[in-house]
Amino acid sequence: MLAVANMLGLMLVAFSIAYVLPLLAALLSGDGTFAAFLGAALVTAGVGLALAYATRRKARELKPRDGFLLLTAGWLIMSASAALPLILLLPRLTFTRAYFEAMSGLTSTGATVLTGLDRLAPSVNLWRCTLEWCGGLAIIVLAIAVMPLLGIGGMQLYRGETPGVVKEDKLTPRITETVRSLSFAYATLTAVGIIALRLCGMSWFDAICHCFSAVGLGAFSTHDQSIRYFHSPAIELTLAALMIVASLSFARHFAALRRFTLEPYTRDPEAKAIVVLLGASVLGIALLLTVHGTYPGFWSCLRHAFFNVVSVATTSGLVSDDYTSWPLLAPFWMLFLCTVLSSAGSAGGGIKMFRTLVLSREAGREFKLLVHPSAVAPVRIGGRLVPERVRDSVLAFVFLYFSTTVLLTFALLATGLDFRSAFGAVVATVNNTGPGLGVVGPFKTYQSLSSLQLWICTAAMLLGRLEIFSVLVLLTPAFWRK
Amino acid sequence: MKIVILGAGQVGRTAAYQLSREEANEVTVVDINEEVLRDLQDRIDIRTIAGNAAHPTVLETAGAAEADILVALTNSDEVNMTACEVAYTLFRTPTKIARIRAAEYTSRPELFSEDALAVDVFISPEQLVTEHIERLVRYPGTLQVVDFGDGRVRLVGVRARKGGRSLGQRLRELREHVPDADVRVLAIYRAGRMIRPDGDTVIEDGDEIYFLAAGEALRRIMGEVRKDDPAVRRVVIAGGGNIGLRLARALEKTFQVKLIERDAGRARRVSELLENTIVLNGDAADEELLVEENIDSTDVFVAITNSEEANILSAMLAKRLGAHKVMALINKPSYADLIESGSIDVAISPQTITIGSLLAHVRRGHVVKVHSLRRGAAEALEAIAHGTEQSSRVVGRRVDEIPLPEGTSIGAVVRGSEVIMAHHDTVVQSDDHVIVYLSDRRHVEAIERLFLGA
Repeated sequence: MLAVANMLGLMLVAFSIAYVLPLLAALLSGDGTFAAFLGAALVTAGVGLALAYATRRKARELKPRDGFLLLTAGWLIMSASAALPLILLLPRLTFTRAYFEAMSGLTSTGATVLTGLDRLAPSVNLWRCTLEWCGGLAIIVLAIAVMPLLGIGGMQLYRGETPGVVKEDKLTPRITETVRSLSFAYATLTAVGIIALRLCGMSWFDAICHCFSAVGLGAFSTHDQSIRYFHSPAIELTLAALMIVASLSFARHFAALRRFTLEPYTRDPEAKAIVVLLGASVLGIALLLTVHGTYPGFWSCLRHAFFNVVSVATTSGLVSDDYTSWPLLAPFWMLFLCTVLSSAGSAGGGIKMFRTLVLSREAGREFKLLVHPSAVAPVRIGGRLVPERVRDSVLAFVFLYFSTTVLLTFALLATGLDFRSAFGAVVATVNNTGPGLGVVGPFKTYQSLSSLQLWICTAAMLLGRLEIFSVLVLLTPAFWRK
Repeated sequence: MKIVILGAGQVGRTAAYQLSREEANEVTVVDINEEVLRDLQDRIDIRTIAGNAAHPTVLETAGAAEADILVALTNSDEVNMTACEVAYTLFRTPTKIARIRAAEYTSRPELFSEDALAVDVFISPEQLVTEHIERLVRYPGTLQVVDFGDGRVRLVGVRARKGGRSLGQRLRELREHVPDADVRVLAIYRAGRMIRPDGDTVIEDGDEIYFLAAGEALRRIMGEVRKDDPAVRRVVIAGGGNIGLRLARALEKTFQVKLIERDAGRARRVSELLENTIVLNGDAADEELLVEENIDSTDVFVAITNSEEANILSAMLAKRLGAHKVMALINKPSYADLIESGSIDVAISPQTITIGSLLAHVRRGHVVKVHSLRRGAAEALEAIAHGTEQSSRVVGRRVDEIPLPEGTSIGAVVRGSEVIMAHHDTVVQSDDHVIVYLSDRRHVEAIERLFLGA
């Protein structure tokens, strides 16, 4: 355990580097937040160093199993650190709300309890978006380097697909090497995004914040009106494109960048399914809106359908209009998409496309076995064999995923929330999307929820982000037995 | 010609038997099992050497230094390759032929290139058998389909059945039914005996007809001698061995293929390697399984397990349960003759197929292709006519002027990319590929000499 604590200390020290961005923003804008951020950074670094120093004798190579504890503890403790400047700078924000906001950022969910974003200090806004960006990168690294090793929910399928030359099965070298190779793809996408958004007419500050949100697939904006504030089809198009790219596996991006071909995508069954499902959904919803006359004319329906469907489905959650006022089918379909659509190596939430594919193939296999009881039917995705162990994992994962969604919805209902809001809030947080339905719908915030309800949502974000198993395994006695 | 055969297995024995029947050949057979050799020597006139076929001393005693051809047919691919390598390095044996079974090797032709392994020609029986069965499935109603002239012309064996338009009519009339088709009837077998066909021969029910056809004429002529065979859609393969796997792979894109494999582990492995085939784990002779999988609407049932008895039984069962056409892989020639007149439509003999391919390489002169027909009783070959009117006994002569042995006929001439069905007045030119049908394979040597110009 102490070895994990040592690693956590080092993680905190590394995390304190993220404070450089808001500190810079505070200096440049002179918004008077410098001291608070510096304090928070020093506390984070100090606690981290102290923890690492105190446990230095126990430092050892981590075993894959230590990963479970590291993930959950890491997210919990970093959220606490990230909440610190919010508490210091926004005196009316309770700890619960600050922690919710920080967790929402670090899980790249983007559900907010803050209003009056336009008047918020720029450094605070940048801090929120930075959290999403860092959280996004962290989860991509985890999904590509760590989760396949831990074998969570069938992720072992991607073992040995790690980009770079990672051959080791040890945790630390895998993480460091994957960070090294993936940061390049992640940073490139971000840089391109910022410049593109600036060219579309955003200010540099808005461009940076929104690009962080879009690439990390979070939903924090610097405006209460989110993307509606800009009234710009060009900005919507750019952001949607960033989201689509960010929802594909970064392992593919890395391979494509390094070899400079599109082949990694064309051979990726996940990418194909994502593009087809997303395209069909956008067209379908655009037609639905046209038929209902939600917006004048097909093209304006298509514009709004495109941005909002892409944004919610990829679990980003930036919105350009209130989709809850659309025909009911649309918002529910969008929430359905956000549970199944994202790729396994992206910052997106939900059960991930590869599990969706495994399940659909499994269903097809079942049909085949009903007709041919003696048949031997392997499950294949994109020509690759899915081992039985992976299929079992996926089935167990999806069962747990939907149980979690249902139970948390019941929990919110028990606290007195109406059904649509409760369901919307759980789907939006478990899938790390952000905006839900009802009182937590787009352009509304999670402000109206009680402390208990916020903690339930916080738990949902953490569970969803860490693929449920890695959190819940800590609650099993077997994990703690020597 | 001096020939060294390594390995006295099924194919090795058959090769020794057929090659030693030709006077000019001196055959030596090497095998590790002395008993098998003694048994073989009792029956045919050959020399035998007992020992490891790849060992230099064994090869030396077998006469590898003087041999014209070394044929490595042992059970082990590795021994075959090593033997060729040894023979080349130590004894400079000019032609080395090896049987290579494993697709691991055969799928990498660069292994057998000039500067790599000293194997001049490799024969992959599994590949040959697979191709053979694939052709039978693709041309329903045929007994045998073989290619000549790079596939420009095909020799087809077919059994006449009631319902064919030309049944009971003379061959002359058949030609009138399909006036512009490139077809030539080479031989007709009635009750196991050959009839030399002419315009007045009447086609009867049950006749085995061998003819040459180019391009689409094949399907048209098929309709003349038997009721149109329904297009094949559903194929059941019994046995998931290497041939079963290859066959399923070759067929699964065009047909609905089911493959039955008894061993659960192998079934799983096969199912992982195939895309569209339904792999069933069970016994191919299990009536319940066959019925469950709608055997009665199966167009072709192919039994190719390791056990020929099981193949015969499951094919017979499938036929009784309503499979339209059944084939069985049978090693023993005696079984094959027994079976094909009964309820099994086609007996597939791996040796015949392998031997045919092997013989083409052993043949002297300008013979480029040899196919055994009717399980080795008859033969068809493709030879190149070389030289001038003075130096050759074939070039510049009309077909009826060429001194062919009894029971032998010239079927067609392939000139460049053109196929000419041979008539008595067709003149053979230099570089023509001439397709010759031999109802009696003993005349092979005469044909070879003819084309050698000796």
